[in-house]
Amino acid sequence: MNAGRPLAFIVTAMTGTLVFIGTLFPTSSAVASAGSGTALLRPPSSPEVAVETLAEQIGRKDWTAAYEGLTDKNEFTEQDFVHDLIGTHPSLRSYATLDGFDLHPLHVSADEARFRVNFRWSTVVGTLHDVRDLRATRVGNQWQVAWPLVKEPKVPPQVIAVNYLRWDVVYRGPEDDWGAQDVESPHVRIVDMHPFERGGEVVLLGELLNEDVVPAFVTVKATLLAKNGAAIATEDAFDKMSHVLLPKQVTPFRIDFQNARLSDVDNIRMDPSSSLVAASADPVVEIEDQKLNGLPEPSLTGKLVNQSGQIVNIAHVLSTFYDSTGQPVWVSDGYADRALLPETPVPFATSLPSDLSNRVSSYRVVASTYSSSRFQ
Amino acid sequence: MRFRPTLSLAVWGVAILVTFASAQIVPLAIPQHVEAGSTFSVSTEGSGKAVLYIVGPGQALRHDVQLGEKIEFAPGELHNAGHYSAFLVGPSSTQTAEFDVIAAQPSTLSFLAKPSRLPVDSHAGISGVVYVFDAFRNLVLVPTDVSFELSQGRGAAQTRTVATNNGVVWVKLDSASQAGTAQFLARVGGVAEKRVIQQVPGEPCNLRMSAHKSGAWVEVETEPLRDCKGNAVPDGTIVTFIERNNGAESTVDVPLKRGVARTNLPANDGATISVATGVVMGNEIRWRP
Repeated sequence: MNAGRPLAFIVTAMTGTLVFIGTLFPTSSAVASAGSGTALLRPPSSPEVAVETLAEQIGRKDWTAAYEGLTDKNEFTEQDFVHDLIGTHPSLRSYATLDGFDLHPLHVSADEARFRVNFRWSTVVGTLHDVRDLRATRVGNQWQVAWPLVKEPKVPPQVIAVNYLRWDVVYRGPEDDWGAQDVESPHVRIVDMHPFERGGEVVLLGELLNEDVVPAFVTVKATLLAKNGAAIATEDAFDKMSHVLLPKQVTPFRIDFQNARLSDVDNIRMDPSSSLVAASADPVVEIEDQKLNGLPEPSLTGKLVNQSGQIVNIAHVLSTFYDSTGQPVWVSDGYADRALLPETPVPFATSLPSDLSNRVSSYRVVASTYSSSRFQ
Repeated sequence: MRFRPTLSLAVWGVAILVTFASAQIVPLAIPQHVEAGSTFSVSTEGSGKAVLYIVGPGQALRHDVQLGEKIEFAPGELHNAGHYSAFLVGPSSTQTAEFDVIAAQPSTLSFLAKPSRLPVDSHAGISGVVYVFDAFRNLVLVPTDVSFELSQGRGAAQTRTVATNNGVVWVKLDSASQAGTAQFLARVGGVAEKRVIQQVPGEPCNLRMSAHKSGAWVEVETEPLRDCKGNAVPDGTIVTFIERNNGAESTVDVPLKRGVARTNLPANDGATISVATGVVMGNEIRWRP
C-alpha cells in the first residue's frame, strides 16, 4: 500500500506537467482538432507566425477568429471576408478545404513584412491555387496581418431577356412491338485523331463533332492494339473532353495511356459513343482575352464572361493547342474556382507542357458549364 | 422443378412413336396443307374408340374420337405454322399422317424504318424492312406484295411495291430535299403500319455575319442560317465567333435562336472577327469602328 503512493504522485505530477506543456506549445494537429480559440495560445510574436496563424484559421474555417485578427478589419465586414474566401454563390471553392499553404517572404523590416502566400485549396476536381500578397505590421510586441480583400463585383439589378432553348427526349415504351421505332442516337464523328509518345506514355489527341441537330452526351474510348491484334490497353477521355455537345459543336479529347509505347502499337480502335440527352442551349459563355504565355511556365490564360442572366456555378475550360499545320499538339483543362455571375469576368488558366510550347502555333478554347439552378 | 414444355413434348412424342412402332400403321386421311387457326375435319373409318395425337412445333393435341365419325378441329386449335405428325391410335390399328400448317392471311406487319432522323437529300438513306405475320404471329412465307409510301406534306410521295421473299421485304428510299417530318407507310392489303422519319437540314451553307458597334462592344450577327437546299438550320446549332487582336483571342459559342446567332465581342480597333459552325467556315471581318 505504502509503495503505491509515491508512484501515484509521480504519475499525477507527470500528467500535469505534460498538460501544461501541451497547452502552452500545442502541435499544429492539436490546434486543428481543438477548434477555434486555441490559436490565441500561440502569440504572433513574428510576422511569419502571424501569417501562419491566419492561414491555419482559414484552413479551420474559423472565419471569426481570422477576421478578428486582421489589422484592416474596419475596412470590410466579416461577411465580405468570408465571401472573398469561399465565394458568394456555390462554386468549387465553396466546398473546398485548405490543403496547405506556402509562404514566401517578399520584404521584411522591423515593423512591416510582406509575404506571398500560395493557398492550396483541395476540390473534387483537383487542387486550385489562390495566391495572395499579405502585409504584416507590428502592433506593440505582436504582429497583425492585413487581408487584401478582392470584393466580388455586384451585378446591378436588371432584367436580361433570354429565349430559352432546350430539348426533351421521349423514348419508346417497354410495351412497344420490337419493330417499333425509337429515337435515333445523335450522329457524332471524330474529325481529327493523332497519337504520339511523350514521357513514357502514349497520348491520343483528337476532336469530336456532333454533326446532328440534337444535343448529344458523348464519350470517347480508345484501345491500343498490338501487332497480333491483342488489346494492350483501353482508356477513355474522362474529363479531358466536353461530354455534352450541342448541334455542330466540337470538343477536343485527350486520352492518356500510361506505361505504353507507341512502337508496340499496330492499330488503335476508337469507340466514340453518343446518346440523346435533355439539354439547354444556355448559358452562353464568352472566353475573352485569351493569351498564350511562354516559358518558363507556359499556359493559356483568359477570362470567362457569362453572357446570360443565370449564375454558372462551375465552369470547365478545355484548351486545344495546334501546331502550324493545324494538328493538335496538346489538350489541357482547367476550372474557374468561382461562380460566373452575369457579365462578370472570371480568370482561368490552363497549362501547357514546356517541351511542347515551342510547337504551338494556334489554340482553341471551349467552356462547358454547370448551374445548380438549371431548369432541366 | 420447373415445367419444361419442350422436354415434355419430346418425351411424349418419343413415347408415341415407340408405341406405334409395334402397331400396324396405315395412312390417315388428313389434308396436306392446313391454314393456321382454320377449322377443318378429318374423317375416320372403322368402329370403336380411338385417340388422335397431333404433334407439331410448339404444340401437341390429344383427341378422343369415335371411329367412323369426323374429327372436327375448332378455329384456332392448330395455330402454329410448321410440319405436324398425326397418329390415330385405334384398338387394332394405328393410322398416321404428315401435314403442314401454313400461315394464315397477313394480319400484322413488323416494320423497321431506319434511321428515324437523317439529313435531307440523302440518296438511299432511308431503309424500310417489313416482316409479314398472320394473326397467330406466324411468318407468312407465301410471296406477298408490300407497298411502301414515303410522303411529306405537299411534296410528291415516293411509292414502291415489292413482293416478300421468305416473309421479309425491304426497300431503300431517298430523303426529300425539303426538311420536315415524313410519314413512312407499309401496307399489305388492309393492314398498314406507319413510321415517322425526321428529315433535317444538312450542313450550313453560305455562313455570313455582319458586325456593328453597340456601345463599348461590337455586336456580331449571322444572316439566317440555311443549308444548301435552302432549309433553315435548326435553332440550337452552335456558331463560333472568334475575335483575334494583337495575339489575344476572344471566342464565344452561341446557339442559333430564331435562325440567327448573335453576340457581343470586345470592340478592338483592327481586330479580325471570323465565324464558323461545325466544320464550315464563314466570312471574316476586320473591325474598324
